[in-house]
Amino acid sequence: MKKAGLLLKRTLPAMAGAAAAALLLAGCGSASVNQVNAAGGTSETPCGTVNVAMNAWVGYTANAAVYSYVAKNKLGCTVVQKDLNEQISWQGFASGEVDVVMENWGHADLVKQYITDQKVAVDDGPTGNEGHIGWYVPPWMAEKYPDILDGKNLNKYASLFATSESGGKGQVLDGDPAFVTNDEALVKNLNLDYKVVFSGSEAALIQSFRTAQQNKTPLLGYFYEPQWFLSEVPLKKVNLPAWTPGCDTDAEKVACDYPTYKLNKVVSKKFQDSGSPAAKLAKNFQWTNADQNSVATDIQGGMTPEAAAKKWVDAHQDAVKTWLS
Amino acid sequence: MSTLVQERTTVQPAPARAPRRRPGKRTILLAGAAVAWLVGFLVLHGTSTLTLPASELTDLHRSLNQFNAWVAANRADNPVFLYVFTPLRAAVDAVANVFITTFAASPTGLRLPEIGWLGTVGLLGWTAFAAGNARVALLTVAVFTFFGLQGLFLEATYTFALVLTAVLLTLLVGIPLGILAGVYGRVAKVITPVLDFMQTLPTFVYLAPLALVFLIGPASAVIATVIYAAPPVIRLTAHGIRAIPENTREASDSLGTTGLQRLVTLQLPMARRTIVMGINQSTMAALSMVTIAALIAAPGLGQVVVRALQSLDVGTAVNAGLSIVLLAIVLDRVTTAASRRADPAAARNRRVSRRTRYILLGITLVLALAMVQLSRTMLWAAAFPKDLNIGPAIVQTVAAASQWMQTNLSLFTVSFRETVTTGILNPFQSLLTDTPFYILVAVIAVAAYALGGWKLAALTTACLGVIIYLGLWSDSMVTLAGTLVATAVVMVLGIIFGVAMGRSERVDQIMRPLLDAGQTMPAFVYLVPFLGLFGATRFTAIIAGIIYAAPVAIKITADGIAAISPTVVEAAVASGSTPWQVITKVQLPMARQTLALAANQGLIYVLAMVVVGALVGAGGLGYDVVAGFVQSALFGKGLAAGVAIVFLGILLDRMTQAAAATPVRKIPTTRTRTT
Repeated sequence: MKKAGLLLKRTLPAMAGAAAAALLLAGCGSASVNQVNAAGGTSETPCGTVNVAMNAWVGYTANAAVYSYVAKNKLGCTVVQKDLNEQISWQGFASGEVDVVMENWGHADLVKQYITDQKVAVDDGPTGNEGHIGWYVPPWMAEKYPDILDGKNLNKYASLFATSESGGKGQVLDGDPAFVTNDEALVKNLNLDYKVVFSGSEAALIQSFRTAQQNKTPLLGYFYEPQWFLSEVPLKKVNLPAWTPGCDTDAEKVACDYPTYKLNKVVSKKFQDSGSPAAKLAKNFQWTNADQNSVATDIQGGMTPEAAAKKWVDAHQDAVKTWLS
Repeated sequence: MSTLVQERTTVQPAPARAPRRRPGKRTILLAGAAVAWLVGFLVLHGTSTLTLPASELTDLHRSLNQFNAWVAANRADNPVFLYVFTPLRAAVDAVANVFITTFAASPTGLRLPEIGWLGTVGLLGWTAFAAGNARVALLTVAVFTFFGLQGLFLEATYTFALVLTAVLLTLLVGIPLGILAGVYGRVAKVITPVLDFMQTLPTFVYLAPLALVFLIGPASAVIATVIYAAPPVIRLTAHGIRAIPENTREASDSLGTTGLQRLVTLQLPMARRTIVMGINQSTMAALSMVTIAALIAAPGLGQVVVRALQSLDVGTAVNAGLSIVLLAIVLDRVTTAASRRADPAAARNRRVSRRTRYILLGITLVLALAMVQLSRTMLWAAAFPKDLNIGPAIVQTVAAASQWMQTNLSLFTVSFRETVTTGILNPFQSLLTDTPFYILVAVIAVAAYALGGWKLAALTTACLGVIIYLGLWSDSMVTLAGTLVATAVVMVLGIIFGVAMGRSERVDQIMRPLLDAGQTMPAFVYLVPFLGLFGATRFTAIIAGIIYAAPVAIKITADGIAAISPTVVEAAVASGSTPWQVITKVQLPMARQTLALAANQGLIYVLAMVVVGALVGAGGLGYDVVAGFVQSALFGKGLAAGVAIVFLGILLDRMTQAAAATPVRKIPTTRTRTT
């Protein structure tokens, strides 16, 4: 009993302290600086909070940075950016964790699940960007081996691309496993003597291609447009069997190149119905590949995404005005 | 381990080491298995390898994929969702939101927290003082202020709020379960295998289903963290209660106490110190989930690290990683100090009298509350001043250093990587993946029989059977190869540093803090620089495993060496042995069982890093799990791969345990020979 008493003695002051703290919080709950200052700030437009998913490639960052900048500075919204993978971002539409995906690459399966079936998300129109995914080689290789750009000849060059990671076969270097990719299936279904190896991120892909061009080492890798890096090193696309409608419906049996993606925005149903000015901005947001590349180049050059967005917005006031009207 | 043992027997056959003894049955069996393996590999190379291309699924994987659709179809009206999952999510979310609003950011107004940075620093400092002592209080204040200077106060408080929520829920679930398991032996029997399973299952595996069921966000992150963090506190609570001496219990029983009285007045107070140790372990486990939880939208430091990993930004990763390590140190020291305070023996010899302490506590509480009040009314005390920011300086310095290393060391690092990969890793991996599966199963079963008899042979065969059924044999062998190579290196490091530490008190004192840091630092942080140096390869993944597992192996080996009776060592020295002879002929043989234990723990720790390794280039099961998490078409395969990792873990664990248990018979002969 004595020990229990001792326990009580020690916890009692702690509890008293907690109670005092709680009282203090309750007592001045209304007078906090958080509410006082906010009351003056948000009188014009009731924008509230926008949750923007941040997928992991710099083109996406450019879209999201400009959208966030405009929503924050022109509409007075609170923008919360969340670093998430593509598939995971879509799951956020249902929970309210994510309001906007600023650049979506196809994802027919997710469209079916979340837009058609569950009706928690909506297609919010094109971003104006056109996307291409494919296999690329550094320009020096296209010069030295011109026929490499025809996918049929890839097996001939497989030994060039062998690395210690590819188990005696040629290596196809992919990015993040989360990116849209059919490469594993392509290798198998086109009977290519290759192995897909993941570099893990866009940054790693770019670094690999840059070194490959500098040192004239062979490299075959997954890449995509719009992409700022192509203006630094103009990678050459390898042509695989052309895409035809429906040739890529079964993920395990794909044997054709990637389609041309009309990149679009996706927003949650709840957000679209909220009538928030930020939802209207998301719907109206549209620009070109050149626009995206200029912002992306600035971000890569060391600017913060926010500063790069400001620079673009300041130079394109008219475009922004049409988004806001 | 089986294969490791076999490899050793092929390299240096046991009979050669003990020429006077006839080779035992066990040695013959192991050597025979190794020969069968080699012959099978050479003759039947590349047949029956059960390879499944990464994009292909088995029917089992496809049916697991249905889980996704099932959740979507049932979320709205299935009673399990209506009455269990959805309310549970709402409840966890509510608790998390209370802490997030208090410490990190409120959803309204300027999104400032209820308690600004100054108040947080004051309140947490006081709490550390009340629960622990003045020293940890000072540490808490310094570290939280430093978060502000790093420019990461908001992120750090988000993380702190989520860890706090997870720890509270862990204790809410864990302590009652631990008490039940401590009081009733039957509960313990049921619960122990479940806890084993929870601890071997890679967190990534349940992250995807959890996110499907509970949706992404703080709630799922907290639930995932609780699953990972609960086992230590459950185990230690149960252990604390069970460890109370029988006669103490009988004495209390003879006074006629009821079960509940016994629990409250005897068992809980006596187990208190152990329980607080469990809280400490669970807190550390919860913190190590920070980065992984960020993948399902948990806000905080983890997000910064994940973003840095994506852009290979070493500076930012190190800055945020530093915060995580500091938070770990604070939580560890405060809970450790609290557990010392909980020790009844410590209460008697304190320097400060209880009365002075209460007065001090009262004064500091008033001070802390004043700081809270300030932080609620003054903007400078609410949000950390932006111009007091050394974050960019840290980021740039580290980035410059890493850039220098990458440009100047890359020639060396790349050739080193290539040598290891083509010289050791690739041949060994091919030995595992290109041998027909039936030969490997037979070889492993024979090895298991040699180490642990029929029971172990049946168990390992069953484990391998499950892996084959899951359709992931070849991927499992890739993972096994990487795991065994990493463990071999871990053991070499364990022996070198363990012996040095065991032999010298000074080395021990220098090494311990480094080892502690290696264990608390989140893997993602040191992965980024290694990614820069070695690229995304299996080699980098193996390094990740080694860094995580080596400290454990080193510590266990050091303890084993230090525990050898000094008289034995002195006797050896007196009879003219050189230090090298003392190590190889006395200390290592006598610590053999400890070494086997170190190998066992090293393996388990390396295996725990399999999935993280896949984020930096490892293939095999880890990659399947990662891909299943991010590509919905591979969801089922990822789930299957997670289960395969568990069975691989059980197999390796049981075999190393058997190997650790058997050599006991041999030690006396070695001892007589050397002394």
